Amino acid sequence: MVVPQPVKSVSPHPMIEMRHVHKWFGEFHVLRDINLTVNQGQKVVVCGPSGSGKSTMIRCINRLEEHQDGQIFVDGIELTNDVKNIEAIRREVGMVFQQFNLFPHLTVLENLTLAPIWVRKVPKKEAEETAMYFLERVHIPEQAHKYPGQLSGGQQQRVAIARSLCMRPKIMLFDEPTSALDPEMIKEVLDVMIELAQDGMTMIVVTHEMGFARTVADSIVFMDRGEIVESAPPQEFFAHPKTDRARLFLSQILGH
Amino acid sequence: MASRPQTVRRPPTAGVNLSLNNPTVRAILYQIVVVGAVGLVVWYLVSNTIENLETRRIATGFGFLDREAGLPIGESVIPYSPADTYARALFVGLLNTLRVALIGIVLATLLGTIVGIARLSSNWLVAQTARVYVEVLRNLPLLLQLLFWWTLFRDLFPGPRQAITPLPGVFLSNRGVQLPAILWQPGYGYVLGAFVIGVIAAVAVSRWAKRRQASTGQQFPVLWVSLALILGVPGITFMAIGAPFALEQPELRGFNFVGGVTLTPEFAALLVGLVTYTAAFIAEIVRSGILAVNQGQWEAALALGLRRGQVLRLVVLPQALRVIVPPTTSQYLNLTKNSSLAVAIGYPDIVSVANTMLNQTGQAIEGIAIIMAVYLTISLSISAFMNWYNRHIALVER
Repeated sequence: MVVPQPVKSVSPHPMIEMRHVHKWFGEFHVLRDINLTVNQGQKVVVCGPSGSGKSTMIRCINRLEEHQDGQIFVDGIELTNDVKNIEAIRREVGMVFQQFNLFPHLTVLENLTLAPIWVRKVPKKEAEETAMYFLERVHIPEQAHKYPGQLSGGQQQRVAIARSLCMRPKIMLFDEPTSALDPEMIKEVLDVMIELAQDGMTMIVVTHEMGFARTVADSIVFMDRGEIVESAPPQEFFAHPKTDRARLFLSQILGH
Repeated sequence: MASRPQTVRRPPTAGVNLSLNNPTVRAILYQIVVVGAVGLVVWYLVSNTIENLETRRIATGFGFLDREAGLPIGESVIPYSPADTYARALFVGLLNTLRVALIGIVLATLLGTIVGIARLSSNWLVAQTARVYVEVLRNLPLLLQLLFWWTLFRDLFPGPRQAITPLPGVFLSNRGVQLPAILWQPGYGYVLGAFVIGVIAAVAVSRWAKRRQASTGQQFPVLWVSLALILGVPGITFMAIGAPFALEQPELRGFNFVGGVTLTPEFAALLVGLVTYTAAFIAEIVRSGILAVNQGQWEAALALGLRRGQVLRLVVLPQALRVIVPPTTSQYLNLTKNSSLAVAIGYPDIVSVANTMLNQTGQAIEGIAIIMAVYLTISLSISAFMNWYNRHIALVER
């Protein structure tokens, strides 16, 4: 069972803490004893072969998936089955998906104001001003009155990032944000993410973009078969991977 | 406007080519042939019929509609006696059809939506019950179901003399459910007017509350205020005019009840049969509509902090409706047309009345024409309304 551990006294405030987290899909053990601490302002890049549990791990943080053992704390709140708790955490955690998941029946502006109006109870005018501010930040204010279907993939993903930011989250989760994009659009999305990182946002990014990882990440978490195999600063991880599995993975994705 | 001269290049106009190898010429030729063939068939049928009617000396035309019908009708929403004309008898039948179809559509939509959402429930028992309901109801012939309900309602209760009286003035017997009727009092017009005003006020309040919610973020107890307006305004008016109230009690005379309001076993069987049967189909449509919305929409909306009910209302249903509405329109039309099976259990709908009429008068062609015209009118009206609604909610997307 869970052994109570002394909480490490780190000087910055821990935003996310996962302690001995386990999860199963039926019989399949997808997450095995995950321990992860992300401090305020820290940027963590999660990488690993497909099916290694990266997405599942970050989806546990805002309860899109339920963990079955262990504890998860987000900004000091423990994630339990309490609906109020889950809602409180989801308000603090923004998420960007591989498939964008914009609401196709709403304009870009309405996509951005929906949650602030209904969840944060922000007046519509104020919500729209905030939305325009973040559309400027992702460099597409001129698209505000279009529908998502009229935008390119890269533009849609930047709208999705702005939509999350409109809720003023303390943490941003990115689940393979560039994997569904055409190569020429990857850069425009990564640029927005780099700007966001420079502003001090706490970020967890699941990605295969190792260039991005090198520039932005404070630490790289390498996962395989549901475990965190390695966790190190990027220079160290890329130069001297400690395990064979990480070496194999790096040779496969950097090999050509 | 633009002042700069510009050379505009226009598309070239096609030259005239009357060759049989020109697809346009061919298309027009085929259409002339088809129209001609259809015209010939129609002319053959019409002239044949007219000739046959003349040899049998059957007068054509709708003059018979003004004659005395002499046919008794079991239930009617307007005053009717066999001494009235055929036209009025048909109108009674039409009203009976409309009554069962409209109430049926409303109830089938409600029941279907509930069952459809229940099939998606994470509660095993709820989901399986809904599943069994859908599979049983939609896989048995409707005629069989109607006969089942009719037998059930007819045999459920004793004869009129042994009628069950759960409340004074209420009688349950195999003649149906007899209820006391509220007699119209002078001043009820004001109450009705007040009710309409209450409904309008409630709509206005909910619109205002939605605008205020959007512009200031403040919420307003719309449900309670609306209920108070809809029930309270006519209630106060009722009190203000001195609360006049009188009931007409049903009375047993001879073998049946007289007075009050009657819900016949035929009407009940037809309504329950049509509603439960159609709801099974609507449930599947609702379920497929909700499932058709990508799971990612749920995840994105939940991740933004919206509650499940809000996700369903603001994100999923607006997208599901465009999948749900067109097939649901077909189900409404099916329900309306299936109501003609009433003839099997003796509910006097338009088909049943028109059938009797054409037996008595021999005006078969006119009778069938009237039935067709009635169903076409009802069906096309429903279609037109639903198409309008579908355009109204259509996904704009681009």
